[in-house]
Amino acid sequence: MKDTPVLEICDLSVAFKMYDSVFGQRDLQVISDLSIKVYGGEILAIAGSSGSGKSLLASAILGILPENAIVTGDMRYNGQKLTPELQEKLRGTEMALVPQSIAYLDPLMKIGVQTDGHKKPYPKEKRRHIFRRLGLSKSTEKLYPFQLSGGMARRVLVSTALIANAWLIVADEPTPGMSLEQALEAMALFREMADDGKAVILITHDIDLAFAFADRIAVFYAGTTVENASALDFRTKPDALRHPYSKALWRALPQNGFEPIAGVQPYAGNLPQGCLFAPRCSCKSPKCEQEAPPMRELRGGEVRCFYAT
Amino acid sequence: MNLAGHKKSFHKKGFNQRTKAVILSVILAILMLVIYAFGFLISEKAVGTDVLNAKRPPSWAHPFGTDNLGRDLLMRTLKGLSVSMTVGFVASCISAVIAVLIGIAAAMGSKLMDGIINWVIDLMMGIPHTVFIILISFSLGRGLKGLLVGIAATHWTSLARLIRGEVLQLRGQHYIAVSRRLGKSSGWILGHHLLPHLAPQFMVGLILMFPHAILHEASISFLGYGLPPEQPAIGIILAESMRYLSSGMWWMAVFPGLLLVLIVLLIDRLGENLRTVIDPYSAQE
Amino acid sequence: MRLEAENVRFRYHKKQAWVLKDLDFGVEQGECVGLLAPSGYGKTTLAMLLAGYLAPSEGEILLDGIPLSTKGVCPVQLICQHPEHAVNPRWRLRKVLEESGEIQEEMLASLGIEKEWLNRFPRELSGGELQRFCAARALMSNPAFLICDEISTMLDVITQAQIWNKICDEAQKRNMGVVVITHNLPLAERICKKIIRLDIIHNDNSFPF
Repeated sequence: MKDTPVLEICDLSVAFKMYDSVFGQRDLQVISDLSIKVYGGEILAIAGSSGSGKSLLASAILGILPENAIVTGDMRYNGQKLTPELQEKLRGTEMALVPQSIAYLDPLMKIGVQTDGHKKPYPKEKRRHIFRRLGLSKSTEKLYPFQLSGGMARRVLVSTALIANAWLIVADEPTPGMSLEQALEAMALFREMADDGKAVILITHDIDLAFAFADRIAVFYAGTTVENASALDFRTKPDALRHPYSKALWRALPQNGFEPIAGVQPYAGNLPQGCLFAPRCSCKSPKCEQEAPPMRELRGGEVRCFYAT
Repeated sequence: MNLAGHKKSFHKKGFNQRTKAVILSVILAILMLVIYAFGFLISEKAVGTDVLNAKRPPSWAHPFGTDNLGRDLLMRTLKGLSVSMTVGFVASCISAVIAVLIGIAAAMGSKLMDGIINWVIDLMMGIPHTVFIILISFSLGRGLKGLLVGIAATHWTSLARLIRGEVLQLRGQHYIAVSRRLGKSSGWILGHHLLPHLAPQFMVGLILMFPHAILHEASISFLGYGLPPEQPAIGIILAESMRYLSSGMWWMAVFPGLLLVLIVLLIDRLGENLRTVIDPYSAQE
Repeated sequence: MRLEAENVRFRYHKKQAWVLKDLDFGVEQGECVGLLAPSGYGKTTLAMLLAGYLAPSEGEILLDGIPLSTKGVCPVQLICQHPEHAVNPRWRLRKVLEESGEIQEEMLASLGIEKEWLNRFPRELSGGELQRFCAARALMSNPAFLICDEISTMLDVITQAQIWNKICDEAQKRNMGVVVITHNLPLAERICKKIIRLDIIHNDNSFPF
C-alpha cells in the first residue's frame, strides 16, 4: 500500500493576476514550490497560519481555483497525472473537500438531500448513521443551511465528505466552532476513514489538533512547506524537529513556553529573495538571504533549510 | 437591473471590464457635458423664426429639417435637451437628497417612524408617476416650479428604500458598536462611518434617477402640464410636431424623439458603468 | 475597582429562550480570569454584556457598584474573535487606530505592527495582523478591564503568543483586569490565575442549549 501515494504534489506553484490600481496589473505568487505526498491509510496535516495560502492549496488539488489563477507543477493521483479533466471526474466521487465555510452549501437545498450527493441510490441510512455520530439529530436533514448554527454547519460539512466515501479527503479547517467533544468525534471519524485505507489531508492552523491526530505533519509557511515530519517528532520535543520555524511553533505553544519569535509571515507579493523564513530566523547566514534552500531529506523527514541538523 | 449579468461578465474578463467601464464613463460624461454646453451656447438667432424656410425636410443646411415657423430643428432640439437636462438634474438632485434624509431617518428612527415611512414609500410607488406629477404640477400652477416639485416629490422612493437597507445593515456591524464603546457620538458615527459608505450609492442612485426625470419632464411638457409653450423643451417640440405628423412631416417628431431616447440611454449606461466601477465587490477580486 | 455581573439574565427577544440565566461573576482590577465553556454556552453574549455592547434583560453589570455607563469611552473594552468584523472595511488602518486616540508608536512596535500597514485597508491584512490592530486599539483607550473573547482561536500559535504576551505585560503595568474567554485550556492555564468553568456553574440551573 505504501508504494504509490494517493496524492503526490511536486513543485506546485500558484500565482494570481492582480490589479493594483485602476490600470496596473501584476502576478502574485501565493504558493511556491510546494511538495507533499499523502499515502492511503494516513492523515497528513498541513499546519500553518491564516493567510499563508493553505485554502488555495485545497482548491488547487480539487481544481476549483478562480480563473485568474496560474498553476504550475505536477500533481499525481494514484500515479496518474491530475489534469483538469481528471479532477472534474474525481471531484465528489473519489476526491472530496470539506470546505471552510457554510457558503459552500446550496442555500436553497435541504441538508439531507444536499449531503446525499448525486450518487444513486441515495445513501440515506449511511447518512443518518454519520449524522448520529456527529451529534446531528434526525431533524437536521429537513433544515436549510441558514437554519444551522455555526457548529452544526461545520459538522454537516464534515459529513458530506464522509457520506461521499471518497478515497482522498481534503478537509479545510474543519473544526473551529465545534466544541471539543464534537471536534474529537469528527477527528475520530477522519481517523476511521484513514484506517480504512483512505488518504486524509487535514488543513489547519490549530497545531494542537494536528499533533494529536495526524500521522505526518507538513509545516506550511508563506506559501510553501518548510518541513515534512512524523507527528511523533512534534509530540516529543523541539530537538526532534528540523526547521527553525517548526521549532518556533513548538515553543510558542502555551504548554511549552509560550515564547513567540518576533516578526510576521511575509506576504504574497512581498516575499523575501532567498529563504522565506530568513528574515525571522536566528541562525541565518548571508547565503539564506540570497538563495532559497531546496527540500532535502533529514532524519526520516524533509526540511527546507541549509543548516538544519 | 442587469447587475447580476454585469458581475458575472466582470469576473470572467477580470481587469479589462473595469478599465473599460472607467474609460466609457469618462467618455459618456464628456459627451453629456458637450451636448449640455452646446445647447446653452446656441444663440437665440439660430433658433429664430424664418417663415420662408418653414416646414423643410432634412437637408445639409438643416439636418433635422425645420418646423412650422421655419426654426432649425437640430438647434431647437439641442437647446430643448439642455433645458430638459437642467430640469432633470435639479429635480433628481433634490429627490436624491430627500431620499438620503428619509432613508436614514427610517433606519435610525423608531420602529413607528420606520413603519410610517415604509408605508408612504409603498403608497408613492403604487401611484403612477405621471399621474402624480401632473396632479402636483397642475396644483402649483404648471410651469417650471410645478414640474420641478412634481418630479422631485415622486422620484426619491426607490433610492430611499435602498439607503434605508444599507443603513440598517451598517448599524448591525460590529465596528459601529466598537466605535460607540470608544466614546464616539451618533453624529460622529454618521459622518465618519455611515455617510462615506453611502456616498457611492448616492452617486449611482442620482445618476440612474436622471434619465427617469428627463423622460418625465418631456412627457409632462408634451401633455401640456409642464413647461410653457414658448420654451424650446423636447416635450413642447414633440407636442407641436403632432399637428403636422398627419400631413407627412415626419422629421419634426422623429429626430427630436430619437435624440431624447439616445441621451436617456447614454445617461443610463453611464450610471450602470459607474456602478461597476464603484461596486466594492467587483473592485478587487 | 471591580467589574461584576449581578444576577444577569439575557435573551435576544421576549419570546425566545434565555441565553444566559442568573449569572453571577466578578473580576477584580489587576486580576486575570479565564472563562471556559464549550461552544453554545453564551460566552460571546457574556463578553458583549460585560463590555456594554448588550444590555442585560434582567440584573446588572456593575463597575465599582455603579451600572456601566453607555456614554463616553467605556472603561471596559472588548476584543472579539473575528477582527475583520471589528474594523470598518473602507478605512485605512491608521484611521482605525486613531478612532481610539493618538497613535502610540511604542504600542505599535511592541505588538509587531509595521508602520507601513497603517496605510493599508483591512482586506489587505491577514486575520492575525488585524487582531494586533484590534488589541492596540483597545489598549490605547486605556481601559480598566479588557474582555478577550476567543481572540486567538483563529490565529497561529506564534501570533497568539505575541499578542497575549503584550496584553499580559500591559495588564501588569497598568493593573488592568482581564477576562480571558477561551476553550483552550493550556492557554488559560498559562495566563490566568483563576479559571471559571461556565458549564460547571450552571450544572444545577438546567442551562438551555
